[in-house]
Amino acid sequence: MKTIFEKSHPGRGTAYFPPPAPGEKPLSALLPAGALRAKPPGLPEVGELEIVRHFTELSHRTFSIDGNFYPLGSCTMKYNPRINEKVAALPGFARLHPFQPAETIQGVLSVMWHLERMLAEVAGMDAVSLQPAAGAQGELTGILVIRAHHLEQKQAQRTEILIPDSAHGTNPATATLSGCKTVSLKTNKRGGVDLDDLKAKLSERTAAMMITNPSTLGLFEEEIRQIAELVHGAGGFMYMDGANMNAIQGKARPGDFGIDVMHFNLHKTFSTPHGGGGPGSGPVACKKLFEPYLPVPRIVREGEKFLFDGQQPKTIGKVKSFWGNVGMHVRAYTYLRFHGPEGVRRNAEVAVLNANYLLSRVRKAYRVAYDRPCMHEFVLDGSPFLKKHGVRTLDIAKRLLDFNFHPPTIYFPLIVHEALMIEPTESETKETLDAFADALLKIAEEAKTDPEKVKTAPHTLPVKRLNEVKAAKEPIVRCSPCG
Amino acid sequence: MGSLSENLKTPMDYIQNTSADAAEMLKVIGASSVDDLFASIPPALRLSRPLDLPPALPEQELLAHLQQLAARNSTFDAGRCFLGAGAYTHYIPAVVDALASRGEFLSAYTPYQAEASQGTLQHIFEFQTMVCELTGLDVANASHYDGATALQEAVAMSLDHTGRKKVVLSGAVNPQYRMVVRSLFRPLDVQIVEVAQVRGATPVQTLKDAAEGAACLVVQNPNFLGGIEDLAAVAEAARAAGAVSVASVNPVALAVLRSPGECGCDIAVGEAQPLGIELGFGGPWCGFIAARKEFIREMPGRIVGETVDAEGKRGFVLTLQTREQHIRREKASSNICTNQALMALRATITLEALGPGGLRRMAELCVQRAHELAEKLARVPGVKLPNTGPFFHEFVAEVPHPPQTLARLLERGFLGGLALLPYFRDLRDHLLLCCTERNTSADVDAFVAALAESLK
Repeated sequence: MKTIFEKSHPGRGTAYFPPPAPGEKPLSALLPAGALRAKPPGLPEVGELEIVRHFTELSHRTFSIDGNFYPLGSCTMKYNPRINEKVAALPGFARLHPFQPAETIQGVLSVMWHLERMLAEVAGMDAVSLQPAAGAQGELTGILVIRAHHLEQKQAQRTEILIPDSAHGTNPATATLSGCKTVSLKTNKRGGVDLDDLKAKLSERTAAMMITNPSTLGLFEEEIRQIAELVHGAGGFMYMDGANMNAIQGKARPGDFGIDVMHFNLHKTFSTPHGGGGPGSGPVACKKLFEPYLPVPRIVREGEKFLFDGQQPKTIGKVKSFWGNVGMHVRAYTYLRFHGPEGVRRNAEVAVLNANYLLSRVRKAYRVAYDRPCMHEFVLDGSPFLKKHGVRTLDIAKRLLDFNFHPPTIYFPLIVHEALMIEPTESETKETLDAFADALLKIAEEAKTDPEKVKTAPHTLPVKRLNEVKAAKEPIVRCSPCG
Repeated sequence: MGSLSENLKTPMDYIQNTSADAAEMLKVIGASSVDDLFASIPPALRLSRPLDLPPALPEQELLAHLQQLAARNSTFDAGRCFLGAGAYTHYIPAVVDALASRGEFLSAYTPYQAEASQGTLQHIFEFQTMVCELTGLDVANASHYDGATALQEAVAMSLDHTGRKKVVLSGAVNPQYRMVVRSLFRPLDVQIVEVAQVRGATPVQTLKDAAEGAACLVVQNPNFLGGIEDLAAVAEAARAAGAVSVASVNPVALAVLRSPGECGCDIAVGEAQPLGIELGFGGPWCGFIAARKEFIREMPGRIVGETVDAEGKRGFVLTLQTREQHIRREKASSNICTNQALMALRATITLEALGPGGLRRMAELCVQRAHELAEKLARVPGVKLPNTGPFFHEFVAEVPHPPQTLARLLERGFLGGLALLPYFRDLRDHLLLCCTERNTSADVDAFVAALAESLK
């Protein structure tokens, strides 16, 4: 389809503002000529109906939870309830200026303060900061908090962050951005952290271990207790990437299994919409020891009144402007208040039930990377198809599109060759899981009988397989200018 | 604790499977209960009590509860808000909400599978194009968390680009942005030099004097105090010192002001909130980053590129991914994973609906009303306008006892600007005031009268 620039015609458009009033001074009378741009920016000129048709057509070219099963592993693509959108759009939340005085924002501060308390309870932690804009920023905030504590304890030499080789790429990138060094840990045969490797790499240089639990392999770290004891024994702290909290909320709490600092992804566990890739929200939860270092301002309660408190001498400072992605806090609060303790726990239970069911349905045709009962997701290994039939995991993923399913996460975690990482979430019906399993089984069959069909997929979408190599070699990252 | 199959059928969740479904599924799995599936969590580590959370609320009660909380916040008619300071009240065309709330956009994720996500990829491609057009630069990314973190990333790009470890920041850059830069570079032993603002502008000579050995010179335009900076002089000073010039800009002002590209700047960043994004108490908003071509491989975050499919038809993909954390891991210079796609979509729809004429008119009205306000305030006894340089839609006014004045304005229903003392030690009696197209001439008159009364 055309870009909006290709639909532009000089002189078209819709008026949203009043025309100049009689006697209005021209811009040139108010601002010096040297400050004004010579040529207007090349924006498109299109009437409102064409705008509506343009974005409606774009929406039809977008797979989404609302339209498709979307089992993207590690992303928790669950249903986004519409009540959350309705609440966040209430003028009393949507139209607040972030610098309004405290007496005019008691409702929103109450939401944020109570959300902090609820997240602390789910995590088994003492304090929460809602400021980080996304999971990756939550990680960075958490590691900076740990590092600030080490520095205060005159432990500046503690600059090593231990990270399992199955971790998200954001973990090692975070270590670097916090001025630390990544030390990679091996995964054992059961898909857990290799304890001997951990023991060998712990030292007086250890700042922290970053662990994802359940792991990116969809497995609960069975030896988490021992791991935490070892890391603490060496003077380090435990950071948890909370990407997979959906599996254990209400069933087990990081604070109870040895974690010191962690982040949540509100867009995963608490269903704030993913929006095509953001906005996220990555609150950090921590034990009392680390509270003084959290970003400012903190939200405090004095009697019935809520206030911002910026006076925290040990704080790491600010990681984003204002107070965080508040619209996401409002949605997550709404989601938690709808569910209550039982609902939260059932989400974990059915997420795990759905994943295990799907795994059981496809196990006979696909190799399972670590064949144990899984948590909320599982990882398949597509390498037998590549060896026997020349069909890659990428091909299987693209073929799923022809069945109207969004593919799972592929080629991650890196330690599984040809990985397919599948997370169905609690939202889906048994029938949807069956239909998806049937599609995967059919594709496994096609890989043997008609591999070309799989290798040239998708066949039913507006575009065929796109050339990513060309895009990177000859980057075109904007439309040609209008007119 | 009851097993799931006993109490699955309670209404307080969005789960569709019934206990009969669960029983069938457990049979296929070969497990006797859902709790069996959690066997890998050592029993001693399992939570043996329900979470201590408030009880579930059915949707009807839930909405009433949230409406009550929303009602405990005061909203101000757009015309009664004279507070900006990095968060701006603008008109949002109705078409923006209608289109951006479509479920396909709302409930999609990062376009990892390009063939299934041409819609998301194309709207981001159009966003990148318009950011390039506004800033006068060659390349832009898919968006960033917000203006502050976009600025921090631009600084990181300059450190990478030059291999230097010193940053020179104008003291007229948004104080929150400066605080984010300080917080995130402190652990990396980066030297940060701040050049204090003088009468609402960045003294370019002082900036020049500080430039030696710097990775970048950073200014904001219009700056935090509303003043229009000499970007060309800053770019020139940076070039002479072998440093990167970084401008943090307001996208609405770019409709009429010389663009960073035109002024010779290397990188421009900013906050897209004024383009169709609700104030929302400060977030989620949308940062943007644009740069000259040679910086493209140092840019953080997602970038959408054009390509062709197997039949030669045009399509879009995420590109140049070897820059990103999921490939570079500990060698990555940013850890950002996503962008702010849904917010960037709002900015994209807004810009496309307004078009060049609409955006220009919006900017003109901002300038018009702010100058009207300044002119009228200058005649109010007790009010002084200390700065004389050109300004866009914000300016500084000196009034006696700013906190008390603001409280009195609030009683009269006005959000009356930002007291600057907490952010600038030498601006004791100073307020930062803002007008946009939402303030009519009548609003300006009413505000001036209220302020005059407040000072009596």
